[in-house]
Parts: sequence; structure tokens; C-alpha cells
Amino acid sequence: MQTTTKPDTLDVELAGIDALDVPIAAAPSQARRIWSAAWPKLAAVAIFLFVWQAVVWLGLKPEYILPGPLKVFREFFREIGDGVLLKAAGNTMQRAAIGYGIALLVGSAVGLAVARSKVLRTAIGSMITGLQTMPTIAWFPLAIVLFGLNESAILFVVILGAAPAIANGIIAGVDHIPPLLLRAGRVLGARGLSTYRHVIIPACLPGYVAGLKQGWAFAWRSLLAGELLVVIAKKPSLGVRLSFTQQNSDYVAMVATMVMIFILGVVIDALFFGRLERGIRHRWGLVDGASA
Amino acid sequence: MKAIEIDGVSKVYGPAGAHTFALDRISLDVDKGEFVCLVGASGCGKTTLLNLVAGLDKPGAGEIGVEGRSALLFQDAGLFPWLTAEKNIDLALRLRKVPRATRSQRVADLLHTVRLDGFGDRRPHELSGGMRQRVALARALAQETQVLLMDEPFGALDAITRDLLHDEIERVWTATGITILFVTHNVREAVRLGDRVLVLSSRPGRVVAEFPVDIARPRRLESPEVAAVAARVTERLRKEVRRHADDDEA
Repeated sequence: MQTTTKPDTLDVELAGIDALDVPIAAAPSQARRIWSAAWPKLAAVAIFLFVWQAVVWLGLKPEYILPGPLKVFREFFREIGDGVLLKAAGNTMQRAAIGYGIALLVGSAVGLAVARSKVLRTAIGSMITGLQTMPTIAWFPLAIVLFGLNESAILFVVILGAAPAIANGIIAGVDHIPPLLLRAGRVLGARGLSTYRHVIIPACLPGYVAGLKQGWAFAWRSLLAGELLVVIAKKPSLGVRLSFTQQNSDYVAMVATMVMIFILGVVIDALFFGRLERGIRHRWGLVDGASA
Repeated sequence: MKAIEIDGVSKVYGPAGAHTFALDRISLDVDKGEFVCLVGASGCGKTTLLNLVAGLDKPGAGEIGVEGRSALLFQDAGLFPWLTAEKNIDLALRLRKVPRATRSQRVADLLHTVRLDGFGDRRPHELSGGMRQRVALARALAQETQVLLMDEPFGALDAITRDLLHDEIERVWTATGITILFVTHNVREAVRLGDRVLVLSSRPGRVVAEFPVDIARPRRLESPEVAAVAARVTERLRKEVRRHADDDEA
């Protein structure tokens, strides 16, 4: 057999075209990136605080009913300092973690099973969406009858709130896997479990993370609703604090608790799910360099 | 010894009664180490045929014999976007249960085979189309099959890249002695690469003509010899397309 094109010439040409072809990613400096991520958020918070203060200044309601941001934040930091708010938040977060953790396992398992089985999908696919649209607060009467006024009733509803969203996320993720990747997996010899491990699960991650994020929002809402309804004696929580401060007409503390609830929800979403999402988009090359 | 034997294979799509033949009693053989190109107009069942040979689908009738397993290259590389180039190649080895200790050296060797040393840690989106296709080639070679099936692998590439990859695939083919069945709608490409060019008819797909390419390698896409054979193949293909002028609908 004759040699093909002189190997070294071809090597040089390939290296040349590679050098010309490789997409160049502009890497902005670290400080610039942080600043461009931070200033819109800071501006939004500032505008929100200003509108809040402006409403208070208008004097539509007496200030002991609608306190201004300054008062609320002073109270907020005082309660953080004396540990009252942190203790309540701790108990609430513990419930969130347990409830969300169980929802994660249940939702993922059910979602994966439904996504890959025609029979299961026909049977319960639309039921999962139905469950997701059902207001979680509607479960509480049943939960209280089943479990009584205790921890289990709250967890039950948190799980019912979050698991369908997580399951639906994984189903959507699997449905959007490009068929080419499944074919590629089969050609490489992936079968059964190894298909799940090496192809289906990593390929469905974008949809899955969207479901996880939504599941967290549902879990957090259900949890606070639960804590308002199911008051457990001697166990402080953010929900209990909300209803307690309202009953005692301590509106500054009530709004401070709301601030805490908002901050926790946002921080967990941003630190955890936002990061996960960005990581995946970055890895898959779904970030538009021009807009980043 | 034949590397691929396709004997009277038919494949039907659609419900009984309203079905169409994607492939109708198609027969072809590919010798061990041979480079065979299939050309055909739309609807000739090229992709269907490769799926059958790759074992991704079952024929409705007929027999397919392949020497061992086969690797398949797609037009859109089909790399896993969540894995780096290296890990994509490594996965082919893992799925073959190649021991971990030998894998990383093997991956480095394969990256060198396609001249992508140093690009192993890039993800598919950080590579050009031609580089992705070479990673896919390395991944296919990692399967260490005797047969390599290629489904319009260079169809989406620009002309210069395609020209270079023709040289590259020829080099790999020469070095490994692998058998290649290459599907394309680009006649010149088929003549540039193939030992034989087979023309498939459309709806139903059948082999209607065979053109041996007795041009010494290395060939050039733009050489007069390649152009002369390509002209004959194109004429045969056009005749095939004209046959469908009276078809009302597909």
C-alpha cells in the first residue's frame, strides 16, 4: 500500500486548521464577573427598599402596623443576635432538609421509572402533573387526620409538594434527550443499567435540575404553610413565629421573620440550585459567550 | 473472508397495507479491509441500512453477517456533551470493560491517532466540528471493532476540513486495516475514498450499480481521474432520480 499524503504535511495542516477553528472564549476578569453579577441585584434590592420606605412615608397605615425597613432590619439583626430567629430558622431548615431529602429520593425514583416505562407513564404520568398543580395546603386537613398535629404531618405535605415537581423535572429531562445520544450509547455497547448510568442520567440533568429547583420552591412554600397550621408546642419555627408575632401584635418582629423566610429561600436557591444549573450550562456549552 | 455480508435484506416502515420499503431485498458484500462507499439520493435507506448492520435495528427479512461488532460514526459526532474529549473516548473503553490501569494510556494513544494531543480536556462545545468528528473517530476506534460504519460523517464540515479528514480517515484505514462502509451523498467524496462505490436506488433501496475505483492512492478530490469516475457515478444517480419524476408523492 502506498503511503497517503505525507504524514507530516497532514499533521501540520490538521494542527493549523485546529488552531484556526477552536472557538475562543473571552474570559472576563474575576472582579468584573463578580461586579456584573452583583450590581443588578444590589440595585433591585435598593429599589425595593426605597419603595417600601416610600409607602411607609405616605402614611397609609400607622407605622406600628406597617413598619419601615430600618426598624425591621434593626429588629432582624437584634433577633439574630439573641438567637431567637436563628433557632426558629434552624428548626424550619431541619424540616426542609428532611422533607426535601425524602422528596428527592421518591421523586427521582418515580420520575426515572415513569420516564422510561410506557405503561407507567400512561398510568400515572398525568397524575403526577395533577399532584403538582394541587395546592399543598389542601393536603393539611387529611395530613392532620392521618398523623395528628406533629412533625410527620408537616413532612408528609412537604414531600407531596416537592416530589411531583422533581419527578416531572426528571421526566422532562429524559424526554428531551437527543435520540442521537441514546443511539451513540447503544453503539458503544451501553445496555440496561449502564445506559442509565452513562447516558440517561447525565443527559437528563438539565431538566432534572430545573425540577429540583422547582421542587425546592414547592417544599419551602408547603413547609411554611404547614408550620402556620400545625403548631407544635415548645418547638420554635419560622411559621410558628409568624403566627405568634401576629397574635401579639408585634408587627416589626413579624416582618423581620418574613425577611428571614425570603432570604433563606433566595439564598438556598441561588447558592445551591443556581450554582448547579450554571455549572451544567457551562459544561454543556449552553452559555452564550456574547451575553455572558 | 467477508467482513460484512448483507443477503436479501428488506426493511419495511409504516403500517401493513400503507407500508413503504426502506430497503427491498438488498444484497452486498464488503471484503475484509475494504473501503466501500454507498451513494444514493434521498430515501435510499442508507441510514436504515447502517442501523441494521450496526445491530441497532432488526431486518424484516434477509440475513446480515458482520465480522464481530461494528462501530458507527454519525454525521453529528454524537459526543456526550457532559464529558470531555478524553472521557468520551474513555467511556467506549469502560463499556468494553478495559481495565482502568491501561485506559488512560490507550486514550492518549487514540487522541494521538487523530492528532488531537493536548485537546483531551476540552468539552465537545469547545471543539470545532472537524475536531469533534475526530474525537468521535477516536471513540469509534476505541471500540476496537473490525468494522467501521460511517453515516455521512463529513457532511456538515467545511470543504477544507473535509479534505483534511479524507486524508486522515485514509491514514487511519491504512494503519489499522479496518473495514469501512461509508455512506455519503457526495459522489466525489465516495470516489476519493472508496475501493468501490455502490449506487443505491431510492424507495425501495437496492444496489443498482457498482463502480470499482482503480485509481492509485493517495487520491485528490479534485484530480481528473476522480472526476471522471465521479461523472459516471453521478450520471447513474441522475438516472435513478429521473425514474422518480412521475411519482406523485413519497
